Amino acid sequence: MGGFWSFVKKETLHILRDPRTMLIVLGMPVVQLLLFGFAISTEVNNIDVAIVAPHPSEAVRQCVARLEANPYFTLRGGISGAEIDRTLRRGDAEAVVVFAADFDRRMERLARGEDGRAAIQLVMDASNTNTALAGAAYLRQALLPSRPEALSVETRLLYNPQMKSAYNFVPGIMGLIFIVICAIMTSVSIVREKETGTMEVLLVSPVRPIRIILAKMIPYFVLSCLDLVTILLLARYVLGVPMSGSIVGIVSTSLLYLALALALGLFISTTADRQITALIISTMLMLLPLIMLSGMVFPIENMPWILRTLSCIIPARWYIDAIRKLMIEGLPFAAVARDFLILAGMTLALVVVALKKFNDKLE
Amino acid sequence: MDAAIKVQGLTKRYGTLTALDDVSFEVRRGELFGLIGPDGAGKTTLFRLLTTLLTPDAGSASVDGLDIVADYRAIRRRVGYMPGRFSLYADLTVAENLDFFAALFGVDAAANYELIAPVYRQIEPFRTRRAGNLSGGMKQKLALCCALIHRPSVLFLDEPTTGVDAVSRSEFWEMLAGLKERGISMLVSTPYMDEARRCDRIALCDKGRLLGVDTPQELVRSFDDPLYALTGPDLYGLLTAARRQPGVRECYPFGAAHHLVAERGFDPDGLLRALSAEGFTGVSIRPVAADIEDVFIKRMGHE
Repeated sequence: MGGFWSFVKKETLHILRDPRTMLIVLGMPVVQLLLFGFAISTEVNNIDVAIVAPHPSEAVRQCVARLEANPYFTLRGGISGAEIDRTLRRGDAEAVVVFAADFDRRMERLARGEDGRAAIQLVMDASNTNTALAGAAYLRQALLPSRPEALSVETRLLYNPQMKSAYNFVPGIMGLIFIVICAIMTSVSIVREKETGTMEVLLVSPVRPIRIILAKMIPYFVLSCLDLVTILLLARYVLGVPMSGSIVGIVSTSLLYLALALALGLFISTTADRQITALIISTMLMLLPLIMLSGMVFPIENMPWILRTLSCIIPARWYIDAIRKLMIEGLPFAAVARDFLILAGMTLALVVVALKKFNDKLE
Repeated sequence: MDAAIKVQGLTKRYGTLTALDDVSFEVRRGELFGLIGPDGAGKTTLFRLLTTLLTPDAGSASVDGLDIVADYRAIRRRVGYMPGRFSLYADLTVAENLDFFAALFGVDAAANYELIAPVYRQIEPFRTRRAGNLSGGMKQKLALCCALIHRPSVLFLDEPTTGVDAVSRSEFWEMLAGLKERGISMLVSTPYMDEARRCDRIALCDKGRLLGVDTPQELVRSFDDPLYALTGPDLYGLLTAARRQPGVRECYPFGAAHHLVAERGFDPDGLLRALSAEGFTGVSIRPVAADIEDVFIKRMGHE
């Protein structure tokens, strides 16, 4: 097995000597995590609110004061009812809170449970639906904290009451990064040997090619583990993800997913002869479906049934689902047993198919 | 004495294209055997078949007594292969490449140093340089070292001197002669006819077929037509004019002159007279000894 470690060493040198690979492998998780965590945020923050209050009674003033004290809203002042449309269109405010002229009376009646007629109207700029929906829900909560039934019943709120989007993105980013490093980079690196002709020399040697390829995977596996640690630390201490679930569960599910990604990379390398082909296969058949269908960006529950069915064959779907449960919902490992088994089955199938397809000749 | 390489009726097709068509020859032990032919002659296909990278469609072959289909794993253990294009790791240094290939074959680079020493000494000063930054000649020397590191019994060198300068080419052949002294059997391909004389025996090949197998001397001796070198100021005009003359079988450019293959009883002075009647002046013609290239062109025409 002395030869095996010299293959690992050789592959490590390839990676270390290519600054671009290093940058992608080590920089990408950090950049993506911070980017999705802070910059590309769907979280409701700094909503500009204008107020329409024909009769600013004491109760109205109290409501406005509550909004003012809330860090998520910025008060843009009072306007008249006729100005609502113009204010929203100009972007001076994203939401307008309209207090009914008889706000105090209506509130009293509501408190007695007599009459259901609303005392407050929310007018939202819904050009960004996410912000509008989330903002509306949050505004209701901020204005009428005593009426919990007015809260949104969206599932996400259950585990993410402040709607911090970073929480939801962390599992998705993990699902993406490990595919990129393990599947795409290993497959490209194997195919590179075919393309440059070194595979020819490797094949005409006593070493079983499959062993050389396994050796190629080890550095990428180690790097992915490094990324896993980075991501978990960043998620916990920078993004403040609670990590209330079992850390052992998170790590072991991730290691299984890494193995799956490596098997996927091996499979791609058996079908492609050129690096560019490997890249195209990876991007079109793996990355795009991963982003669109895994639930990383779009909730699977909202998909038409055909896409929902299609999403079942995407490994990242099960991984992201498991990590969400473990990392954010804080469920025990037993709760992700199904995801874990599906991932294990997929890994096994991929390894079998890839090894069957693997050819130690040139044709 | 059994053969280092034995090829019988070997055929390889790629779809409708027949890359190698019913090829048979033998390379003896300790022989430096040359495969001479232009691009597309099927040389690389033959190498890939013999190094077990491809499976033949018909025929059989053995390397070191082992069948290329049934015993392909055993063959991979004991042959050295240097493919046509540079097939080392450009981002690894000279020493790292050598160590890697030693490990690939499970040998210690230091233990086999004396075998590669005559070659390796020339690139040793650059041992910490990345292989991608070596000159063409040095790359080939490194590739030879890597192919030799496990003391192969048979060495396959596919166009090792293509794209290498004339001095390095000559040096390279001297190294191969040195390896022959050590008893290594070698199959070398080259598109350069002038390198044929460096081989013990050669096979001329074109379009997947062999045009003849023999020593370079015997092949040249087999050329029994009268051969002349024709020169003059207007070389191109001379070529077309000479081809029209009676008794001229063939006339083709050959270096700075034309080679003219004639029929028996050809009168060179008669040709000079006829050419001067057509207005060609300063033309000279002299008999020359045939070269491998003449043999090649002649046999190619007979196909």
